[in-house]
Amino acid sequence: MTKEERLKKRHRAEKRFRFYGLVSILVALLFVVILVQNIFSKGSSAFKKTVITTEIFFDQDLLEIQNGASQEEIMEADFYDVMIENLIKAYPAKDRAEEDELLKLFSGDAEIEIKKAFLKDNNLLGKTITLDLTASDDIDQLHKGNYPRDLPEERRRISDFQLVIYDYFVENKKISKNFNNYFFNNGDSRDPELAGIGGALVGSFYSILICLLLAFPVAFLASIYLEEFAPKNKITDFIEININNLAAVPSIVYGLLALQILLATIQLPRSTPLVAGITLALMTLPRIIIPCRASLKAVPPSIREGALAVGASKFQSVFHHVVPLALPGTLSGTIIGLAQALGETAPLILIGMVAFVVDIPSSPVDPSSSLPVQVYLWSESAERGFVEKTSATIMMLLSFLIVMNFIAVYLRQKFEKRWN
Amino acid sequence: MNIVLIFLITIFSISLFFYGKSKSKTISIKDNIKLNALPKFYGYYLVLWCSIPALVFLLVWSLFEPVIIKSIIIETAANQGATFNDKNEANLIYEKIKAIHLGTYFGDIDSILKESALAYAKFINLFTNSKVVLIFGIIIASVIYSLKKIKNNNKARDDVEVILKGLLFVSSLIAILTTIGIIFSLLFESIKFFSVINVFDYLFGTNWSPQRAFVRDASSITAAELEELKDAFGFIPLIAGTSFIAFIAMLVAVPIGLFSGIYMAEYASIKVRRISKPIIEILAGIPTVVYGFFAALTVGPFFRQIGENFGLTVSSESALAAGLIMGIMIIPYVSSLSDDVINSVPQSLRDGSYAVGATKSETIKQVVIPAALPGIIGSVLLAVSRAIGETMIVVMAAGLAANLTINPLESTTTITTQIVMILVGDQEFDSPKTQSAFALGLTLFIATLILNYIAQRAVKKYREKYD
Repeated sequence: MTKEERLKKRHRAEKRFRFYGLVSILVALLFVVILVQNIFSKGSSAFKKTVITTEIFFDQDLLEIQNGASQEEIMEADFYDVMIENLIKAYPAKDRAEEDELLKLFSGDAEIEIKKAFLKDNNLLGKTITLDLTASDDIDQLHKGNYPRDLPEERRRISDFQLVIYDYFVENKKISKNFNNYFFNNGDSRDPELAGIGGALVGSFYSILICLLLAFPVAFLASIYLEEFAPKNKITDFIEININNLAAVPSIVYGLLALQILLATIQLPRSTPLVAGITLALMTLPRIIIPCRASLKAVPPSIREGALAVGASKFQSVFHHVVPLALPGTLSGTIIGLAQALGETAPLILIGMVAFVVDIPSSPVDPSSSLPVQVYLWSESAERGFVEKTSATIMMLLSFLIVMNFIAVYLRQKFEKRWN
Repeated sequence: MNIVLIFLITIFSISLFFYGKSKSKTISIKDNIKLNALPKFYGYYLVLWCSIPALVFLLVWSLFEPVIIKSIIIETAANQGATFNDKNEANLIYEKIKAIHLGTYFGDIDSILKESALAYAKFINLFTNSKVVLIFGIIIASVIYSLKKIKNNNKARDDVEVILKGLLFVSSLIAILTTIGIIFSLLFESIKFFSVINVFDYLFGTNWSPQRAFVRDASSITAAELEELKDAFGFIPLIAGTSFIAFIAMLVAVPIGLFSGIYMAEYASIKVRRISKPIIEILAGIPTVVYGFFAALTVGPFFRQIGENFGLTVSSESALAAGLIMGIMIIPYVSSLSDDVINSVPQSLRDGSYAVGATKSETIKQVVIPAALPGIIGSVLLAVSRAIGETMIVVMAAGLAANLTINPLESTTTITTQIVMILVGDQEFDSPKTQSAFALGLTLFIATLILNYIAQRAVKKYREKYD
């Protein structure tokens, strides 16, 4: 091998090596794209729901209420018969069996939707209105194109007759897509078309709020102590080792801790944002302390010395001069810690947040779910409609995380001083 | 009640602040002395003395009150003839008594329950009253003490700073308390577990089937059942499954992470670096439940489909899918850390290598990486500890049954999956099955602790070498 050949070979190796590095980065970026694209393509349809435009005639005889009835009387009135009477007129069904199949195209909440329309306008008795009723999950998925209709009938959830009705609806423009208010307002439900993340949103909000209220002050004070006041001794070393180890403990271990101490020993109520918040706070604490300390450390000693030189006490030099300068860094570290806590699932499963909760929690001591736990719960459900609901929940979760991270980056870039 | 008390304490503290401020001013004017601190510090001094002892007392009291009342009530119920065999029944009776007291119980109320409910009401009343009295006693005592100090013109600023410094110190102790809490809660149940199951049966058993532990109470296990149980809690399949999935994850994460780290540290222009680094770090910020969902609903079935095309039977909960996705999650841990580590290799080493005519890749392979090796190994070990502690991906995408297998297309289970499976939903207290989850937690805790310790030491040693 001549000198030139060897050099060529070495240069080829150089190019190859560089290429591997580039490919690795591209592969990692590709994964991000695939993941996001996959979630968005599955989930974006969940923000719309399929509605069937139906004419509703409020028959006084069936409702058994008087004109000008009070709100309470309407609330107690039975709208079931009115619903049945009107829904079976949506398509000319021949017999009882066909009527049943027709009724199955509407959601389980059709009666409530009719009642709400009636409550909104008291003068509807004896009149006819057109109303957009939520369609059942099967029709919803079919209409959104998530459900193949060319399967043999026995492998489909929708019968041939229901398909005929659906085509009839489409032809007469009776079926359309509306904004899915249920997805944001409702709690969990066994019916995908009625299930929403309202409860999970509130639950997550309370958990993160409690986590913030507990973790931030403690982490902030602890990092000030360790960075500014702590003497170099064994206790300080021990505390530091502890903090570093706690930051690396798997999150599920915090779930076991909460189960044993918070639920079994102190007996706080199960499945509640209160317990979730405390658990997340314990978990986030070391993850906030570490960036807080870093931003305190970044403040140059000259600031402290200047304050001390004009006669400030150690305390005054720290709280009047160092802390305000380190504040943007500590805040952005806290927000990033909270963003991690928001996505945390495993410890919340152990403290019982997987319970099926329909009601939206009104306080931090009500049983509730949280966004990531809702993702876990729905992904275990068999119904097809939950796949898009899960993906849409993930989209919500990711957008919260993106917003939080942007705030953190903005705080740091806008307010943090560079010292060199 | 507690909120009212906290509100009252706050009101007191605020009014004491103004009182202390004006009082110290009056003293200095009246007695014509120079104060030892600014007047506001006398205010702060009073505030701290008024609020901290009372709040600490309130917190401690609220933590222990329910537990104490419960034990008293269960005892009185027992004295009146209520019978219960174990803890669960006692809890049930206590809940009933509580519900009767609150008026939300609609079952039959017999005389025992009624008497106990009355006793419960009495104790609740007694405890609440004594709480209020004690808190006010504490506030009055501490305020009198601090007022006396103020009148003597103490060095209020120094005193305030000492108290605040104590507060800072206590905050930093929370980390130690958390560690103690973790160790205590894991050990407590694990010891119970190992009193039934032999440690060696656990560590070296090759069969994991905790559903066999149907026995509700550990104390009433017969010899035959114990023999049966001995074989149900074998740890080997779990550690095998965990390491196997973690190994697959590292096969994905280490090459991709390491090469991206090298590229970003050595080749990439500042612009490329500034864009690609945060995007790769997005991978670490995505919640793991999202990866789990992706692995279970997209990647698992996708592999299954491919396998079918090649005539292979691929489980839809294959170790391969879980490991691959976990590997992707871990990429940024490897890449960021190795990027940092490579950046801290001194430029002089590279320059020396270039000077003797080496190309850039030769320099990296033969000089930079050997120099950075301890740090790189440390970052890989940290990534491994992430992988074995990771829960949601494996809960959603890996299997539930413990198979001892090395076929990546079959399903295996992991330690974390089993903990979740055992503890999700209703648990039976005091059953070996529930306790086994804590034994698993303890094992996991110790394993990650050791890995982290080694990794941190490696990185630290490496840093010291070049700093």
